[in-house]
Amino acid sequence: MENITALETMKEGHDGSGLGLTMKDLGGEFENMKGYPILSGICSKTGAKILDEFMDKAGFKLKEIWAPKIKPVKGMTPREHYFARVYDYPASYKHKAIKEKEDLLMNMRLALRKIGEPDGSIFVFSFYPDVLTLKEVGDPLQVADFFGLDKADIKAKVVFAQGRQNTNYQIYLYACHPFFIQGYSSMTNGENTAFVPIREFLMSRGVPGYIGYNSDSEVFTHILHYTVRQLGFPLTYYKDVITPLKEAEIELREDRDALRLIKHSLRPLCIDGPNMVIGFTPNGTCFMVHDSKKLRPGVVGGVTGKYALMSEECGLDSAIPGRNKSADIFPMKYDMVIVKPHAEEVMVWNQLQN
Amino acid sequence: MEPAAKLDHNHQLSLKEFPYIIRWRDDRCKRCGRCTAVCPVKAIEPTVKVQRVVLSEGPVPTPTAVKRIVHIVEQVTDIDRYCTGCGTCTLVCPNEAIEPEYNPQNKFLHFKNRGGEGYKRGGRRNDPAISTLDRLKFTRISMLTDPALDAGRHEFRVRTLLGRILPADALPLKRINGRLAVDSDNGKFIPPVREIFPIMIGSMSVGALSPPMWEGLAMGVSYLNEVEGLPVVMATGEGGVPPRLLRSKYLKYFIIQIASGYFGWDEIVHAIPHMVEDPAAIEIKYGQGAKPGDGGLLMAQKVLKLIASIRGVPQFVDLASPPTHQTKYSIEEAVAKMIQSMSMAWGFRVPVYPKISGTKTARAVLNNLARNPYAAALSIDGEDGGTGAAYNVSMDKMGHPIASNIRECYLDLVRQGKQNELPLIAAGGVAKKGNLAANAAALIMLGASVVSVGKYVMQATANCFGDEYNRCNLCNTGKCPRGITTQDPKLYRRLDSDKVAERVVEVFKAANVELKKIFAPMGRSTELPIGMSDGLSIDDKAMADRLEISYAC
Repeated sequence: MENITALETMKEGHDGSGLGLTMKDLGGEFENMKGYPILSGICSKTGAKILDEFMDKAGFKLKEIWAPKIKPVKGMTPREHYFARVYDYPASYKHKAIKEKEDLLMNMRLALRKIGEPDGSIFVFSFYPDVLTLKEVGDPLQVADFFGLDKADIKAKVVFAQGRQNTNYQIYLYACHPFFIQGYSSMTNGENTAFVPIREFLMSRGVPGYIGYNSDSEVFTHILHYTVRQLGFPLTYYKDVITPLKEAEIELREDRDALRLIKHSLRPLCIDGPNMVIGFTPNGTCFMVHDSKKLRPGVVGGVTGKYALMSEECGLDSAIPGRNKSADIFPMKYDMVIVKPHAEEVMVWNQLQN
Repeated sequence: MEPAAKLDHNHQLSLKEFPYIIRWRDDRCKRCGRCTAVCPVKAIEPTVKVQRVVLSEGPVPTPTAVKRIVHIVEQVTDIDRYCTGCGTCTLVCPNEAIEPEYNPQNKFLHFKNRGGEGYKRGGRRNDPAISTLDRLKFTRISMLTDPALDAGRHEFRVRTLLGRILPADALPLKRINGRLAVDSDNGKFIPPVREIFPIMIGSMSVGALSPPMWEGLAMGVSYLNEVEGLPVVMATGEGGVPPRLLRSKYLKYFIIQIASGYFGWDEIVHAIPHMVEDPAAIEIKYGQGAKPGDGGLLMAQKVLKLIASIRGVPQFVDLASPPTHQTKYSIEEAVAKMIQSMSMAWGFRVPVYPKISGTKTARAVLNNLARNPYAAALSIDGEDGGTGAAYNVSMDKMGHPIASNIRECYLDLVRQGKQNELPLIAAGGVAKKGNLAANAAALIMLGASVVSVGKYVMQATANCFGDEYNRCNLCNTGKCPRGITTQDPKLYRRLDSDKVAERVVEVFKAANVELKKIFAPMGRSTELPIGMSDGLSIDDKAMADRLEISYAC
């Protein structure tokens, strides 16, 4: 809930068009189900039936259902089911490699999206072990209240919350940040002016998960997934992909030859708008990066074991008031702030110095 | 009754059939003779006529008719000496006494086929209508949703890539201590790639252009690179390269063209061991937008000593390149071989790409090249491209407009996921109305990586008279009144190569600023907005549908 309160302090920066919450490294009742994938979404009564049949047919066994306790809030009409369902893998997948499992989970999520999207009977946001997503359209504080997050027993080590979903495109559940694909998630601040060429590039990579794009920010998540998971690049190269260095700057880097090739080959993935991206990877590493001109704000601060990555300082004050403010990090245009898993350590990686 | 004179000889034409009619003012003319001396086609001549004049000189009116001998400047009605409207006469007249006027009712093409020869000329398609490129508008403006960029203050990188680019998943990389490095043991061919300014000067040959014109362009391009830091490249056209340039460090700013006549290539190949720099690229010309299906043509009158030596041919012979490469019988085999041979000549260090004229079959060529790992790009030259010499019918009626051609090729690459692998070079009619940066930006947003411009460069840097009303267009005759497309020293002494170079620099610096002024409000600054089709609109629904962009009115 403190994340949402922090969002509230930054409300001048959002239009209250929606709330998205993605949580990772879950505790509470999910503590003992780390290895099992959680399907997060919303569905109608008919949707629930279809979903059950579909999952059953695919061999997934339902282990647990969690649902937020919906509180009536003025102006919000609750949908029929908000859910996080924990499943066990089909028998044939139990001993398969994680990558194969991830592909199965993604394909299941995509299939459910395809079934449920035309009539709005099913919305699915994530299907992955130890990750839970909640989304709804409306004012963030109201939505949090509506989900009963102030009383919920749900706990997570990594909590992503975003209070604005879309500026240039339709307000829609699938346009709500954070976006998620196979363990990678991100949320973004700012308009993505290079959206169309980036979308075209991603959609032609042959990865079935690169669809949707109801928000121009969804591509940031997919670029992260493509760079780190598909191409196998270390995380810092995400910064090099979205904000490539100039030729003279590349010369300063030890890995210049590789960097030049990457810059050329991934030229369409360069972001050009005013953006700040906060993301996490499957191992729980969180990061913050800016566009190449730092046209959007962003700050990282906290104490060992508890760090917050926020778009504005006042949000940080609300979330972690007792920290040493002088140690707050305001990443500059070449920086990538990386918070290691379990918030053990924060480091600033500089693109020029590598 | 007067004799019917000209009517008795019905083959004689009236001035009304001519595209330009000379307006000469008796009261202003001082009979200096400059106009008649300078007219490149001898369309006007000094003439003596007898005029009947009524005079009254006494204190009371006593009108008397007298016959007087007068000297006038007269336009001839010989179709071979038609006034081209170039206006050189106006330029030299000290008293503003003479000027050609366009005659929209002309029936010039009805008669310009004497001797059974079709009308040949230089220039480009005579169509003064607003082109598709000029109808495209940039409609996606970043403003309140997010801060727009400042073209004056923010850092911009208006650069593009020329050369085959490997897909990211095929890069020979390995991970060492959390960093990536090129895996040199992998043995994978990494194609050469050049980072250049996205507008380049299209192929115009030594020979088609006069020495000061070509030299001026070359100097301007070198200055832009060396002093201004603007990596503009220039294609040589088919006509060889001056020997000194071949051996100079500036060769890296030039794309050497090979076409079906192979003119100058003996000299180029022999110079390879002496080259201190590789050329920017090699362009294999298979077609030209201005005259699809026609090869290059340099008329005998332009083949003087210098040109003959650079091209390795005798003097005063027509130099016609065949319409196609004689060794070519299929794209799968012969074109691939040619690309590989040219690559091999420079040790695979130089990008090699073909140039074709705009055509419905461009996608077939494209798809073949997409499968050829040595093809560095595809240059498509649309119907509005220019040329030094061609049949009028080829120029006016043959070819495909560039906008939809480049768009469909780009979208085809997108469908295959190869939009970043094979750069498209768009040419043909860029800056027809002078909007260089806007036309270039529009083509880039439709999917071009590079835009090539020729005719506009001649107009903007050397004041070429040519336009789409068939003004001048004498490039083929060697009588260019500006000294741009002639080998006659008496004519090209009119052109100052330093001035041309200065103008080249000005043109590209201005284009650089204007491109920023277009990209900045659209929120693009770091990478070229290739294929950013959401930024474009057009005021015609059918065109919008065809280009897969939005319609705005």
